[in-house]
Amino acid sequence: MGGKSGQKRRINRLSYAFMAPWLLAFLIFTLVPIAASVGLSFTSFNMGPRIRWVGLGNYLRLLLDDDVFLIALRNTLLYAVVTGPLGYVLSFLIAWLINDLGRNLRSALTLLFYAPSLASNIYVIWTFIFSGDSYGLLNSWLIRLGLIRETVNWLNDPAYNSIVVIIVILWMSMGAGFLAFVAGLQQLNPTLCEAGAIDGIRNRWQELWYITIPQMLPQLLFGAVMAISGAFAVGYQNAALTGMPSTDYSTHTLLLHMIDYGYTRFEIGYASAVATVLFTLMIATWAVVQRAFAKRGC
Amino acid sequence: MHTRHKKHKAINRSAGGNGLAFLFLLLLGTFTALPIVYSVINAFKPLPELFTYPPRFFVQRPTLQNFSELFRLQQDMLVPVERYLLNSLFVTVVGTGLYVLIASLAAYPLARFDFTGKRILFQLVVLCILFRTEVTAIPQYVVMAKLRLIDTLGAVILPMMGTTFGVFLMRQFMEGIPNDILEAARVDGLNEGGVFWRIVTPMVRPAMLTLVIFTFQSLWNNNGVQVIYNENLKLLPTALQQISTSGFERAGVAAVIAVVLMLPPILLFFFSQRAVIETMAYSGMKM
Repeated sequence: MGGKSGQKRRINRLSYAFMAPWLLAFLIFTLVPIAASVGLSFTSFNMGPRIRWVGLGNYLRLLLDDDVFLIALRNTLLYAVVTGPLGYVLSFLIAWLINDLGRNLRSALTLLFYAPSLASNIYVIWTFIFSGDSYGLLNSWLIRLGLIRETVNWLNDPAYNSIVVIIVILWMSMGAGFLAFVAGLQQLNPTLCEAGAIDGIRNRWQELWYITIPQMLPQLLFGAVMAISGAFAVGYQNAALTGMPSTDYSTHTLLLHMIDYGYTRFEIGYASAVATVLFTLMIATWAVVQRAFAKRGC
Repeated sequence: MHTRHKKHKAINRSAGGNGLAFLFLLLLGTFTALPIVYSVINAFKPLPELFTYPPRFFVQRPTLQNFSELFRLQQDMLVPVERYLLNSLFVTVVGTGLYVLIASLAAYPLARFDFTGKRILFQLVVLCILFRTEVTAIPQYVVMAKLRLIDTLGAVILPMMGTTFGVFLMRQFMEGIPNDILEAARVDGLNEGGVFWRIVTPMVRPAMLTLVIFTFQSLWNNNGVQVIYNENLKLLPTALQQISTSGFERAGVAAVIAVVLMLPPILLFFFSQRAVIETMAYSGMKM
């Protein structure tokens, strides 16, 4: 008995020794900031010497007295609901289709589809494509085709700029999740497909649904984490493409609202309340997704 | 399992379906490639061609003058551009090396030992993948201000060290190492440090390389603009953005800069794609 608990103590000591450097960084740069942001959201901290407790004051101000927050919240939910699932399904679909190709072509296409998220600064080129004057590539093409007569202000007109932002986000959404799908599909057990064909599976869609997806659940869950983390972190692309602030805050998001109050105005308490709302949305979405996967036996 | 069965490919695949799939990939591939190709082409356009009306996709008189212009502008700068490049290289190389090391160390017990608190710690690791550094930037800034890290290169490197993505990836990969190999090494008299260093690290090289790519890309693309004000410490993306944001006549230089910044991560991925795919096969999660 004593030997067993001594053994356990030894394993504990050894394990935490291995983890110590990372744990320290994890504590200081991830856990403490997340906890601090929740704590500071109940204060009026502004990097000054004093911290004043304001209770739910920041949250009441967000809901009752900050129209821009409500716009940012609505936009964040819109972008998350559209780009999250769509980017996710698209990455899986592309990974699945290129899995049928030969090795070299598959590698080339993997690199191609992954490139926009790999070279994360290159999205600025979209400002040339969607530029609102007649020098914009899209405007000039559409005019030449006779589809529009006057230039469309894609980046600054609130009727269009959210669509532009969504297109660019989707363009960049083939990230680590996509690579996980490409990798997982290569490891599938081919005999299951052969067995399925004997059992009456007739086409690629049935094979996808009954044989491929059940084997891919672990990778799909990983992809879901990546999709959620990306879908709610939307903001910097919007600022680069449509300006900060965008026309009537039409592409403003929670991330940008937090950045605005945190870095520009140093109202850290208020920015922390925005951050806490964002964290809550992410964790809630993750909980729902996780439960859905658990039901399918993942 | 790695050998592909030619026969399997034909099962459940109709010619018409293959045609549609090909068309779909062609359309999406073109859509994905066009902006990247356009960026590269723009870098070789002489200035007047960047502003012709109507705008053209392709270049008519390709030139290297944007590249030489970038070179010339660098020499007029207050701080020599090598300084920014050196800062960026330092952040990227030191940050990547350090993170791959401490993430591998942390992943080993998470994958192989049954220590107290393991379940909850691993759940935290998974949960915190959700939190990208953009999202935690403000509270992180507050913590770093308290630690007097603002306006040092540490403000860019250290937050990366506290992320969980790499730990998760290494842990998943290390779970796949057969136990017999580790046991045999222990019987041979290696202590756990020796087992990790001599047996585990050589076996997880693909995962390490993968982590190098993800970390490199993230640090290289980080402009650190919110945490570094000292001109001597600024990073390459910031410095290059400063060059490119001063008017029309810099549009050609800006196009070159976009391409120059894009190349290192893409080349790195190109040369190590096989290791990355091998590693990502282990990324699956079970709850």
